[in-house]
Amino acid sequence: MASNDAQFRPGFWGWLNKRLPVESFIREQLLEYYAPKNFNVWYFFGSLALLALVLQLFTGIFLTMFYKVGDTTAFDSVEFIRREVSYGWLIQYLHSVGASAFFVVVYLHMYRALMYGSYKTPRELLWLFGMFIYLALMAEAFMGYVLPWGNMSYWAATVIINLFSTIPVIGPGLVEWIRGDYGVADATLNRFFSLHVVAIPLVLLLLVALHLVALRQVGSNNPDGIEIKDRRGSDGKPLDGIPFHPYYTVKDIVGVGVFLALFAIVVFFVPTFGGLFMEEANFEPANPLSTPEPIAPSWYFTPYYAILRAVPNQRLGALLLLLAVLAFFFLPWLDRSPVKSVRYRGWLFRLFLAEFTLSFLGLMYLGLKPPTGMYVVAARVFSIGYFAFFLLMPWYTRRDQVKPVPERVSFHA
Amino acid sequence: MTDAGSKADDAGVDSDRRKFLTIATGATAAVGAAFAASPFVASWQLSERAKALGAPVSVDLGKLEMGQMITVVWRKQPIYIFKRSAAVVAALVRNDDRLKDPKSADSDQPAYATNEQRSRRDDIAVLIGTCTHLGCLPKQHFEPGDVELGADWPGGFRCPCHGSRFDMAGRVFNGSPASVNLRVPPYSFPNETTLLIGDDGSAVQGAA
Repeated sequence: MASNDAQFRPGFWGWLNKRLPVESFIREQLLEYYAPKNFNVWYFFGSLALLALVLQLFTGIFLTMFYKVGDTTAFDSVEFIRREVSYGWLIQYLHSVGASAFFVVVYLHMYRALMYGSYKTPRELLWLFGMFIYLALMAEAFMGYVLPWGNMSYWAATVIINLFSTIPVIGPGLVEWIRGDYGVADATLNRFFSLHVVAIPLVLLLLVALHLVALRQVGSNNPDGIEIKDRRGSDGKPLDGIPFHPYYTVKDIVGVGVFLALFAIVVFFVPTFGGLFMEEANFEPANPLSTPEPIAPSWYFTPYYAILRAVPNQRLGALLLLLAVLAFFFLPWLDRSPVKSVRYRGWLFRLFLAEFTLSFLGLMYLGLKPPTGMYVVAARVFSIGYFAFFLLMPWYTRRDQVKPVPERVSFHA
Repeated sequence: MTDAGSKADDAGVDSDRRKFLTIATGATAAVGAAFAASPFVASWQLSERAKALGAPVSVDLGKLEMGQMITVVWRKQPIYIFKRSAAVVAALVRNDDRLKDPKSADSDQPAYATNEQRSRRDDIAVLIGTCTHLGCLPKQHFEPGDVELGADWPGGFRCPCHGSRFDMAGRVFNGSPASVNLRVPPYSFPNETTLLIGDDGSAVQGAA
């Protein structure tokens, strides 16, 4: 790579660069890192996910200054933050709305990968790191949801932890070990607090770093699914690439502006989002003797929850829930299509992608509804649709009539 | 270091021996790491305080009316205690063909509650009030033909979370996400009007 000339410069800059490769890092990662020039609006969500992470870390640090962990103090301390800490209501809403915003951005980021085949070779590992981030994020969100110790916190913890009881032989013992008591209790709350504020954020940061390093190694995909590194000019630079800075740093700042405007509208005007971002049942303290009715998880878990409830056998339901999450991990190897982007795939893939989109959104809606009558029937239909997308993928991606992929990206300035 | 230098260093090295030593060192370290991890894993087990607070609970049944249900907490779990009339107990057998586990063969209860009425005494039912599906609290719908549950509802419980249904002995109906009947805790009756939850009295009564 380019030599570290900066260390020979006079003055402080030279002194610094001899000891820390600041200039070469900036050059390699920003000025001479070439990204495809045809990014569209879907490519905002990666940098927005990073912003959401920083926002959660920052607001989380401040909430931890006022929150008091413990089954007799947690609920009151959250009320204290909302009512008595200066701007505590704002910090608390930024964090709770931020969690939902994080999932909105991550789901759109993942959907972008589905559309443009960003998980396909050579980006399998990049995709896997992303999926591990998604898993860690789900654990982080779940444990964070328990901390206010409202009644929905308590029952969400009870239901989710009990999923482990369906594991043969070790299940019941495992559940007791996770809870540290005969039921969800103070011991559970304390360990979840530790995991939520220390362990999982560290894991998340490590995974995000790996995700970014892997991205730099293989380069970004683009809406045409063409490898820009395959078409280089006489100077060795990709013909369809533009330097990340200033082109995409500036573009991403526009995305950040739009995101923050929408985010602020929600935080200031509809922070509970009609019970979707914060359920009403969570404004009353945890009560082991009263199950909130209806009980539903946060909206970002409802597709899996709907699958769980659609199955009349509890062990099979829990297994399908697990498989529904894990299915994403196998996408790079399930997809046998020679092209990446949906732009050059045939009607068969488009049909299945549309069917999957409908199933996922349908399950998301049904997870918020009671498990009765037609809702259960619909959830079963959508569950089949959900798994068909993955299970039939080797078949329909191979059979699909793909279109010829152009040599250069399509770009309209 | 140059290639020539490293080759010179490798001369006379027994690479099998080196490989064995590398694997042996790694394996020893792995065993050590597993032992070092065990206290941290063990720290998540029930604390002595949690175990002590899980001691048996005594309940006075003197004021329990026919058809009435009371809920007490034992080991963080709600325990449903209700009094059934002889007619309700006699009607239980009619549910059998609509149940997943009518004989409680796959369910969790003490031997003295492995019967049609799933109780030690016919009139007093004692059940752990957490759904065997995912642990929500089933709600009581004791009235047969309950408006929510239809004309053929024989009376029992329905879980608000995922819709599991149970009869007046805590046995699960077909079509429920729960697979097994409500659990029965160990309990005993030290006298006619006292229930002791968490102690099946085997030391005193010698019962199964």
